[in-house]
Amino acid sequence: MSQVNRLAAGGRIDRSKPMSFSFNGKTFQGFHGDTLASALLANGVGIVGRSFKYSRARGILGHGAEEPNALMQLHQGNAAVPNPRATQVELFDGLVSGSTNGWPSVEFDLMEWVGKIGGKLMPPGFYYKTFMAPQKMWMTYEKFIRKAAGFGKLSLEPDPDTYDKLNVHCDVMVVGAGPAGLAAALEAGRSGKRVIIVDEQNEFGGTLLASNQTVDGVDAAAWAEQATTELVGMANVTVMPRTTAFGYYDHNFVCALERRTDHISPVSVSGSRQRLHRIRAHQVILATGAIERPLVFGNNDLPGIMLANSVSTYINRYAVVPGHRCIVMTTNDTGYQTALDIQAAGRTVVAVVDSRHAPDGRLVQAAKAAGIEVMTGHGVIEAQGSQRVTGAIVAPLDETGDKLTGTGKTLSCDLIAVAGGWSPVVHLSCHTGSRPVWQDDVAGFVPGPTIQNQHLAGAITGEYRLSEALNAGIKAGAAAAGTESAQVFNCGDESEGAAQALYLVPHTKPSSRAPKQFVDFQNDVTAAGIELAAREGFQSIEHVKRYTAMGFGTDQGKTGNVNGMAIVAKTLNKSIAETGTTIFRPAYTPVTFGALGGRDIGVLLDPARHTAMHPWHLANGAAFENVGQWKRPWYFPQAGETMQQTLNRECLAVRNSVGILDASTLGKIDIQGKDAREFLNRVYTNAWSKLAPGKCRYGLMLKEDGMIFDDGVTACLNDQHFLMTTTSGGAAAVLGWLELWHQTEWPELEVYFTSVTDQWATCSFAGPNSRKVLEKLCTDVDLCAEAMKFMDYREGTVAGIQSRIFRISFTGELSFEVNVPADQGHYMWKKLMEAGEEFGITPYGTESMHVLRAEKGFIIAGQDTDGSMTPYDCLMGWAVGKTKEFSFLGERSFSRPDTARADRKQLVGLKPKDPTVVIPEGSQIVMDPNQPIPMDMMGHVTSSYWSECLGHGIAMGTVKGGSERMGETVYCPQADGRVLAAEICSPVFYDPKGDHHND
Amino acid sequence: MHHIYCPYCEETREEEEYSYTGEAHIERPKDPAAITDEAWGDYLFFRSNPRGIHHEMWYHAAGCRRYFNVTRNTQSYEIHETYKMGKLPTVTAKTIAADTLAAQQGDAS
Repeated sequence: MSQVNRLAAGGRIDRSKPMSFSFNGKTFQGFHGDTLASALLANGVGIVGRSFKYSRARGILGHGAEEPNALMQLHQGNAAVPNPRATQVELFDGLVSGSTNGWPSVEFDLMEWVGKIGGKLMPPGFYYKTFMAPQKMWMTYEKFIRKAAGFGKLSLEPDPDTYDKLNVHCDVMVVGAGPAGLAAALEAGRSGKRVIIVDEQNEFGGTLLASNQTVDGVDAAAWAEQATTELVGMANVTVMPRTTAFGYYDHNFVCALERRTDHISPVSVSGSRQRLHRIRAHQVILATGAIERPLVFGNNDLPGIMLANSVSTYINRYAVVPGHRCIVMTTNDTGYQTALDIQAAGRTVVAVVDSRHAPDGRLVQAAKAAGIEVMTGHGVIEAQGSQRVTGAIVAPLDETGDKLTGTGKTLSCDLIAVAGGWSPVVHLSCHTGSRPVWQDDVAGFVPGPTIQNQHLAGAITGEYRLSEALNAGIKAGAAAAGTESAQVFNCGDESEGAAQALYLVPHTKPSSRAPKQFVDFQNDVTAAGIELAAREGFQSIEHVKRYTAMGFGTDQGKTGNVNGMAIVAKTLNKSIAETGTTIFRPAYTPVTFGALGGRDIGVLLDPARHTAMHPWHLANGAAFENVGQWKRPWYFPQAGETMQQTLNRECLAVRNSVGILDASTLGKIDIQGKDAREFLNRVYTNAWSKLAPGKCRYGLMLKEDGMIFDDGVTACLNDQHFLMTTTSGGAAAVLGWLELWHQTEWPELEVYFTSVTDQWATCSFAGPNSRKVLEKLCTDVDLCAEAMKFMDYREGTVAGIQSRIFRISFTGELSFEVNVPADQGHYMWKKLMEAGEEFGITPYGTESMHVLRAEKGFIIAGQDTDGSMTPYDCLMGWAVGKTKEFSFLGERSFSRPDTARADRKQLVGLKPKDPTVVIPEGSQIVMDPNQPIPMDMMGHVTSSYWSECLGHGIAMGTVKGGSERMGETVYCPQADGRVLAAEICSPVFYDPKGDHHND
Repeated sequence: MHHIYCPYCEETREEEEYSYTGEAHIERPKDPAAITDEAWGDYLFFRSNPRGIHHEMWYHAAGCRRYFNVTRNTQSYEIHETYKMGKLPTVTAKTIAADTLAAQQGDAS
């Protein structure tokens, strides 16, 4: 197919490199240097998609990030990319593209008829109003609404590409490589500062690349090339094209997305597809330019209506003229340049329609001199056509542009270029919380005051002349680099006429009856819709936004916001400055999740911590459980076992002979110093003053509100040296907690904390035969019951390794823990397995550990407690020192009225009435299952297991006033309708006197 | 993302190295048993929540493991100063107000 709109010469495309691509199944030709949009326009493709709400035919409006309509579905299979803008997709040979919606096709779309018939019936808030009731049906409605509206489709297969991230620092970060950005980077770069300059396009230069102007006598595009070459040559300057600074965060932190291979192939052939740059800059220069505003008139969304500046860009940069008979509708001088460009390209300019009554700028005169018909004091009030614009109704306007002063006439055309003035790209400046301010002389919002080290240059400040952009760039570069420069550029663009602010072109009918006048193309928001929202009482611009969806989505109001806000202001009889603007948030343009994830996916998502014995666990078929970042053996299944059978076997082995557990993950904090003992007194509930060397004690740690926060056993190694253990998940928090109190309240105490969790490996073996196992390996410590009592600590040699031996128990059985330096942990484990073989030593995991401890009623902080349980609530008043001199953390809170209440939720044991039942953990507890919903909830089940050694289910839970309710029956209603009954009992189900662990 | 100067490391580092640990200069009552439930409740639960200047503690968790104080504007996120534990801030809502007033008077004269 021929490129009907391609010029024979000119542009920055490479005609020697033709490229074939497909769009909606048809094959087309383009050239290297094209965007998908310029190639589609070259081939005369008009309709590229269907609108979001009304399914109207839509064509390409812009040429860059502002494009609201041309959202594409790119590539196939696992490489599919939904929703990139055709204007930002660089063409490559074999590119497969399509529209994101339209059924059965974009040319003939059935939903359009729904839009046409139902359009009047779909005002803003339509969904809220129509589908509000019944509420539970919303999920059903939503499914269909989303389907009808949806944009692109994701692949459900894994992404075949890799992505990465880079942390970067620089002195000066320049965002945008148009004239202002290039000048700024040159100035800063020449000073020797470390400079990064990014631009979202493939080539640096911005508007210079499509300009007919000159810079100091040099052709604008040539000047851009020179400047870029100079920047690339500076070792201190990093030049990044195809890189979008999408977010500007606190303290001059900028995130930029570099598209490394998107322009080459669907999937990167080598290296990462995209890279996220996390840039911390001393100074940031925003040279982000401005976006042209469309004009709001009837049917202004027809394909063939484009931004004037985009038309010029397609002609000058891509050698594509997207129409044959063109009307330019403008409110300022820049539209005339487009008319001149169209004429120079050999196509017909039907007329320039200028809303101003007496324009007289340099470009106006040039257009008149070129013989172009200029209709001043007129406006296009309505476009005609169904699938593409075929004509325009042009009517005379009054001086203000508010009213029609006569009847219109119809001009035939196939392209309307609209120049509605410019909106500075203030998005990034808003990301850090700075509110943009309205400036009447600019007829736009410009960046407001900020606390960032931020500089502005060029069109972002509302100064649109090329010479001003360059000169402001030099100034900003000098200010950011701390240099001075007197360089001034001359572009011969001094005289330009004043622009007129025209946000809604009047129609013979009111907006509500006129053909749809679109403000936000991507979200199908019309002038009538905005006026209706204002009339319905939405006065805050933020509310109007949410009610109409104006400025939502990937568009972020780039083309529509200012027109929309002006319409709101006018409806409310306020100024735009009074109405204000919504705030733009990151990201400026969409960012792939792949880039945000980078390499931090899969196994690298979060570090996994392995104990020294991990290889043994793997080799012996352990099933693992995540405990914080630790991988802990959960249970050790043998062939043919169900999980419950494994647990039963493991638990019985501990109760009847000996089992072994890898307890290395328990947090271990080494505490030293002459005041270590006093410190423990203050942070633990119980007394530590008299704990002798060689003894261990269980301690409860509370927050100041009296609630349990962590627990563990601490051993006294000597008078100034203690070893504290914490829960596996709480180790870091406990260390931070100890440091907090030491550093902020008690710096006078001489005490030092060191995390030694990773330095020691811990083998915990429990059961009546555990002593016999240890005796085989340890000969230099007297292990007999009289010499080494329960809660004793010894140092000795086990299997030839200097070890720390604790006689402590979390199972209720006779139990020892042997700590060895981590690099010997695996060896020690194997030695204990060998020594225990004759007793059938059985490795067990965390699940059996939970069962064994629950049989004994031992709590797990964080499972049986949830930050609202005092020691008394857990029936652990025995662990609270009553006569301690120092008011330990949390003690004072015991006497607060709420903490002292008798009917607080207290920890109890629960014995299911049906012994075969295991009540699901988390079940709610009620006293009367027959009461109406919502029931009076008394507590919940915190731990629940099958106890093989007891032959029935056991549970722990919290119940209001539970300690006074022993023997009462409670009920746990289930989601499936069952009601499980249980009797409140002591949580100590097994060996209540503790004979076993004292053996 | 904040960029925070650790007064102990004497370096400005990324926020990721730190964790926020609440309002600064909340002193634990010397004799908890001697104060009323209400006073103890104030100490436990009540914190100022200013829009503007706030003195707060940060923990250099992935660095030197020290706690220090930060004077930060909760609205703009501007960090005015960081200072060691036990020191007092030099920038407060009062000094800022006085500076602003002085600047205004300077403009007027």
